Amino acid sequence: MHGSHTTGSPYAPHTEEDRSAMLEAVGAESVDDLFDIPDAVEFDGEFGIDARSERETRRLVRTILGRNDDLTELLGRGHYGYYVPSLVDHLADRSEFLTSYTQYQPEISQGFLQALFEYQSLLVELTGLEVANCSMYDAATALGEAATLAERVRDTSGHRVLVPDLLLEGRRSTLENYVAGTDLEVEEYPTDDANVDLAALEELVDEECVMVYAENPTVRGTIEEGLESVGDLASDHDALFVLGSDPVALSLLQRPADVGADVVVGDASVLGLPTSYGMGLGLFATTDDYLRQVPGRLVGASEDATDRRAFTLTLQTREQHIRRERATSNICTNQAWVALRTAMHAAYLGPNGMVDLAERGVTRAEDLAERLDDLVGVKAPVHDRHHLREFVARVDQPAPAIADDLEKRGFAVHVVGDHELQVCVAGVPDERIDPFVAAFREVIR
Amino acid sequence: MSDRDESDADPRAEQVRYDQARYVENGQYEPLLSEKDQTRVEIGASDGDDGDDSADGGSPLPDDLTRDSLELPELSEPELARHYTRLSQMIYGIDSGPYPLGSCTMKYNPKFTEDVAALPKVAVHPDRSERSVQGTLELMYRLQDYLGRIGGMDAVTLQPPAGAAGEFVGIRVAAAYHEHEGEGHRDEVIIPESAHGTNFASAALGGYEVVSLPSDEGGRVDLEALEAALSENTAALMLTNPNTLGLFERDIEEIAEMVHDVGGLLYYDGANLNALLGRARPGDMGFDVMHYNVHKTFATPHGGGGPGAGPVGVVDELAPFLPAPRVRSNGESKSEPGYELFDPEHTIGKVHGYQGNWLVLVKAFAYIARLGDEGLADASATAVLNANYLASRIGYEVPYEPFHHEFVASAGDQDAADVAKRMLDYGVHPPTTKWPEIVPEALMTEPTEVEGKGTLDRLAAAFNAVAAEDDETLESAPERTTARRIDQTSAARSPRLSWQALEPESESDE
Repeated sequence: MHGSHTTGSPYAPHTEEDRSAMLEAVGAESVDDLFDIPDAVEFDGEFGIDARSERETRRLVRTILGRNDDLTELLGRGHYGYYVPSLVDHLADRSEFLTSYTQYQPEISQGFLQALFEYQSLLVELTGLEVANCSMYDAATALGEAATLAERVRDTSGHRVLVPDLLLEGRRSTLENYVAGTDLEVEEYPTDDANVDLAALEELVDEECVMVYAENPTVRGTIEEGLESVGDLASDHDALFVLGSDPVALSLLQRPADVGADVVVGDASVLGLPTSYGMGLGLFATTDDYLRQVPGRLVGASEDATDRRAFTLTLQTREQHIRRERATSNICTNQAWVALRTAMHAAYLGPNGMVDLAERGVTRAEDLAERLDDLVGVKAPVHDRHHLREFVARVDQPAPAIADDLEKRGFAVHVVGDHELQVCVAGVPDERIDPFVAAFREVIR
Repeated sequence: MSDRDESDADPRAEQVRYDQARYVENGQYEPLLSEKDQTRVEIGASDGDDGDDSADGGSPLPDDLTRDSLELPELSEPELARHYTRLSQMIYGIDSGPYPLGSCTMKYNPKFTEDVAALPKVAVHPDRSERSVQGTLELMYRLQDYLGRIGGMDAVTLQPPAGAAGEFVGIRVAAAYHEHEGEGHRDEVIIPESAHGTNFASAALGGYEVVSLPSDEGGRVDLEALEAALSENTAALMLTNPNTLGLFERDIEEIAEMVHDVGGLLYYDGANLNALLGRARPGDMGFDVMHYNVHKTFATPHGGGGPGAGPVGVVDELAPFLPAPRVRSNGESKSEPGYELFDPEHTIGKVHGYQGNWLVLVKAFAYIARLGDEGLADASATAVLNANYLASRIGYEVPYEPFHHEFVASAGDQDAADVAKRMLDYGVHPPTTKWPEIVPEALMTEPTEVEGKGTLDRLAAAFNAVAAEDDETLESAPERTTARRIDQTSAARSPRLSWQALEPESESDE
């Protein structure tokens, strides 16, 4: 039976009689006759991969992953482990969502198109910008796409892209790869107490600058206080202001449209995905001005032959399958199913729940920082700013040793400097906070 | 409306008649969430500093750091469960019926792979210490190894989050390699005209000039044209094999030699790897770098557009340029053998913020581990048998042979896009249409291995029923789907991309 068989694909329903009849129909004696592969490049070896039953395979994966330690993660810095409600798993796993392809036939794909349209609408409300696409891969690639958009729409001959010195290495490096085929150059601007150093930025922004990037909150969890000034600086020099954020932060913090953002990028999967070893969902929103330059897929409303409202992928002449090397991006497969999950999670929370989640991110981070600050040899937060979700703590002892000791006690934190740890409360259950503080007290003793 | 009874020439076609779910309320299909509720939450600082954390009871932040309000639907869980269930019923997936989209390899997604990707131990943060995520690193290491064996490649990165991202990695690796060799002047990438659109776009994103290569009369690479296109400026040739017509590039060894002779690299687009498992490996054909589409070949679900994963394999010479980090075993050197991350010596850096689409990689690993050598080889053999059998059962002409896992039929005098719309009424997903353009009114068809003979017969009946229908019927199709034919021109002429952009009174006229 299929459950235990280990030869042939368990997912091909053919009987031997079927195969014989099919071979006869095509006039071949064996399947081998159907392959037109020159002998010289034929592979007659084996991969050396043993087949397993479903049960054995599940056990294998469980055994391998069992080598991951169970830790309470107080980790953030771009990837967050918010609790995802059961509703999201159960409904997103409905096989029509999970097993359908890109909606090239909209008439049989209305459900997914509507869900993506609702996702785009969610981002429009959160950002205040008119256009959101239905996903990039992650925050880093969305940032890369923002830079190539800036290059396409620039009015000047400029080539400079300014990013904060705190930018995550993964985002910085991805950005560098995305602009490698252009004449853009990525440069850092300094930060001051983990906010944009406005005076320094003003010195750096000139007519050669096509894009200024900032994040809110910053990677150190601090909330930016001078975003309008960043937006003004950028627009005064005809540079795009690209802002990195996420749906939880955007529920509470300044609306990007109100601070002059031209593009918003970030990781939208802070809602919808639990910690997934960095898998994300690239948020990408911009203004109507750049509609024709948007990368990736867009879902739009239209009408069907009965004049009822219906949804379809639209403005596809921007895309690679039509425009090829003139496309706005090379993206094809995106993160649509993650966008569905994000939309579901946001809908589950509703506006009250989203604002509440963000506000608790502020108060819980503040509270924990205060408690750590009370410990001897710890200063938290290091930065004299408001924080969302996470903050940096300075420790008198070497930070790596403290992090190691915390790990032995079941807690994971970031090491961000010789004497700096970063601690994140997103997704950490309230009842794990006391034990964490107790463990922290022990390890700095 | 056309008379649907006229289409019943082939009685088998009736076996797959299909009426898709359709909810209509106030003359519209299932309402948007925003039409069910809109709630505005005002955000403002509280007077005191009491840390009140209720959404409408004051903010813990000063007003100048917050937005004024947030307006979104506020609905109960049961209402949402019904909304999304209804939406799901208005979608056709691989579990609904055959899905022979050429080049997309829409095969059945084994259910158990969802279970392994949902194991609690899967949910780890990417910044965890290597010591504490040995399971994750081991699974990645093993998957790198599996993929290397399957493709005949020496080193693999799992980081690219989709096939196009894999292509981009290949392009960047090629650039870094040439730069390193003092050959940075190479600025051209050669791509057959019939290639996937992403090939062109990925090369362009990498800053390359694209040199388009015409096919020969048989539908394969034209060696003379290739000779003319190759030069000391060639960075790479990107090829799919079998190509988009399903034809194996028989001259692949000569092609590889020609490309290598001018110092170029040979890139393998893995979109069609499902034709070759166990029969041929890109590495043995002379390819230097390739990507794998795990959401095609290794059956991870496509999720309505993604996520996928596009690991990249390379020969030894290119391994130092792969994205960082990769996973290796430190079994020999440490007292506690295990796995660790490392940066390749001349790495191009990163193409994703972290390590790619981890959850997808877990599913791909499970699929490969389940099938093993025999299962993988059988998947390809059966996929090729299925394509040949289906082609033999349909009336449309298939101009290019011998094809493998997919074939491109021509709709002849019919409009291929209309044929596709009409096929929807027979309960099957239509093929990819109007591409590759070398076949007029192309119907690019890839049944994969998961359809049995009976399903293929019904699928063929659907093709044949539509082939017998008149243009008027085709142009007014589909009629049994959730939505009827959708006006693409209207969607593009006046873009409405959010519920905020809809007219408040966008009621239908009925």
